[in-house]
Amino acid sequence: MISLHGLTKEFPGGVRAVDGLDLAIADGEFFALLGPSGCGKTTLLRTIAGLEAPTSGRVVIGDADVTALPPGRRDVAMVFQDYALFPHMDVTANIAYPLRVKKVPRAEREAKAAETAARLSLSELLARRPAQLSGGQQQRVALARAIACHPAVFLFDEPLSNLDARMRLEARTFLKRLQRELAVTTVFVTHDQGEALAMADRIAVMSAGRIMQVGTPSEVFQRPANTFVASFIGSTPMNLLPGVAEDDGLHVAGAVLPPAPGVAGGEEIVYGLRPEYMDLADAARKDAFAGQVSVVENLGTSFLVTLEVTSPSGDHLVQAVVPEDAEPPPGARAWAVPRHPRALVYRHGALVVP
Amino acid sequence: MTGDGVTRDSVTGGGTTGDGVTRGGTAGGGRVVTVETDRVRHAVAVLGRATFLAAVAGFFALPLLWLATAPFDAHPTITASVPEFTLRNFRALLDNPYVLSSLGNSVIQAAASAALVVVLAALAAYALSRVRVPGRDALLYVLLLLSSVVTGTAAMVPIFELATRLDLIDTHLGVILTLSGGLLPAAIFILKDFMDGTPTSYEESARVFGASPLQILRHIVIPVIRPGLATIAVWAVASVWGSFLTPFILLRDPAKAPGAVILYTLYTEGGSPRLDLISTFSLLYSLPVVLMYVFVSRRYGFRFHGGIKR
Ligand SMILES: Nc1ncnc2c1ncn2[C@@H]1O[C@H](COP(=O)(O)OP(=O)(O)O)[C@@H](O)[C@H]1O
Ligand SMILES: [Mg+2]
Repeated sequence: MISLHGLTKEFPGGVRAVDGLDLAIADGEFFALLGPSGCGKTTLLRTIAGLEAPTSGRVVIGDADVTALPPGRRDVAMVFQDYALFPHMDVTANIAYPLRVKKVPRAEREAKAAETAARLSLSELLARRPAQLSGGQQQRVALARAIACHPAVFLFDEPLSNLDARMRLEARTFLKRLQRELAVTTVFVTHDQGEALAMADRIAVMSAGRIMQVGTPSEVFQRPANTFVASFIGSTPMNLLPGVAEDDGLHVAGAVLPPAPGVAGGEEIVYGLRPEYMDLADAARKDAFAGQVSVVENLGTSFLVTLEVTSPSGDHLVQAVVPEDAEPPPGARAWAVPRHPRALVYRHGALVVP
Repeated sequence: MTGDGVTRDSVTGGGTTGDGVTRGGTAGGGRVVTVETDRVRHAVAVLGRATFLAAVAGFFALPLLWLATAPFDAHPTITASVPEFTLRNFRALLDNPYVLSSLGNSVIQAAASAALVVVLAALAAYALSRVRVPGRDALLYVLLLLSSVVTGTAAMVPIFELATRLDLIDTHLGVILTLSGGLLPAAIFILKDFMDGTPTSYEESARVFGASPLQILRHIVIPVIRPGLATIAVWAVASVWGSFLTPFILLRDPAKAPGAVILYTLYTEGGSPRLDLISTFSLLYSLPVVLMYVFVSRRYGFRFHGGIKR
């Protein structure tokens, strides 16, 4: 178990990379720290590892407060973004290094390294130097080195970001399976929401050193707690349209949608709906956003259609995902009909409905 | 072949292209003219470059040739010539009581200075590269500037004065400390650049695995910057080996003087140089450094920059 209490890290010069953060990560959990570049993910991970001393707050691993302990005494293993394989050591020596530090006899640690390497299909490569390995192989050596020391916690900083796109998909599955087998509490950092959704048991979405939402991938995807998470999660960005909640319904970008519980009386709201939950109609409807097709993007088995919607409250872009063969030509008039039960209503940036 | 003829023409013509080109032009059509012109230009360029390089190479090689022949010559002069072969010069040289001991002194002073410079520069460079010290770069530049003065002629009087007060006159230690002091700033500068090119994640990774600072230094930092250390060591040995002024001034006792100083004593009473002894000693004096160079270059390779060879 890892728990963080009021953790703050301020760098000289006044940058608050981590800002009063509370978080609890359960035993054996595969936990993702997700956020845009520069939001403090790496700093948070390094603070857990002990490579950065927090300005204030506490880090607890297991039952022990480790805030004042050096990295080597926290029983964690970290895989760095650049893997940090020692260039002058071969694969065996790299994997065995944590055991060498622990003064395990040479024969024993080399046997252990070979065993770990075999598990990650690295047996053929034991005598190579890191420079002679591909990116994917380097990543597996870095994982093997972390596994070989049997830590209580794994910390991975963007473990897949140095791989090419196809390798990344394979490595995702591989990493998730490995974590299941080992059942070691794992915190991994990523800026890729797809990666976090696919791999993590739970996700903390971060922005500017704070946590915006913590939840399972489905929770974070289906009920983003605020507009930041709503816009960050999802492979196609969510439609977030400003509107007003009147008694007869929600007035959003020229459409009148059924009233939502919890908002009324002329309150300003933001109406959120994923493009996947938006259908296109070719005739005018009261509950649809009327606009002109400006861009049609091919997503493979579907199309992402962008409508330019002109309404009394201003101009907006509304996106809808339509099945293949159903895409309208650019320039056509079209009506985007939201599947209203899927809609998310935000007031002051925070979720009110559902 | 026409091309050959043109080339020979331009050679005899002292390298001017004009003549060859005109003749090539009248002989063939328009396209041939340009081809011929190109060929002539190319040939002249190659020839010019070769001549220039030969001149430069000769300029540098002749003294070395002298070093190779004169020691074996019964009557060496200041020009390189085919020797009248003999080994008598070596016997004559070894009759001088200070010759062999001076090479030993050179070894002591060079090895000790190199060791001191490598150890201190490595520690200083590591610290300067990894710890944010305010004014670090300014400090390095000032040191670098001053170091050229410290071992230079300008500071010789105060250094002598200092060495006298510290009782370091006529000791190897005095020479070693003075020369090391002069070499350190440049050594720190080069090694710091080396460290800067080495990602900190290596050290951090080892730290997370529980390695102590000393282990990190031994297991990670030193192996990674080893080519840099080798470069610094060789450079320090070569500089101390060739130093004349500092040991000349700080050492009175000829039994402690290094080779560079003893070389200066190989004159007749009349003050004219004993070319037989000087050339022979020069050969003995340069061999150890050459051998060390070859050995280190084979073993470690030289590099003046950091970063990881991939
Ligand atoms: N050593 C440092 N010194 C000063 N500022 C830093 C340092 N490391 C990170 N920062 C700043 O802290 C913020 C968070 O950085 P980081 O944790 O690396 O973000 P992320 O990993 O989410 O991309 C950034 O604004 C970055 O500029
Ligand atoms: Mg980062």
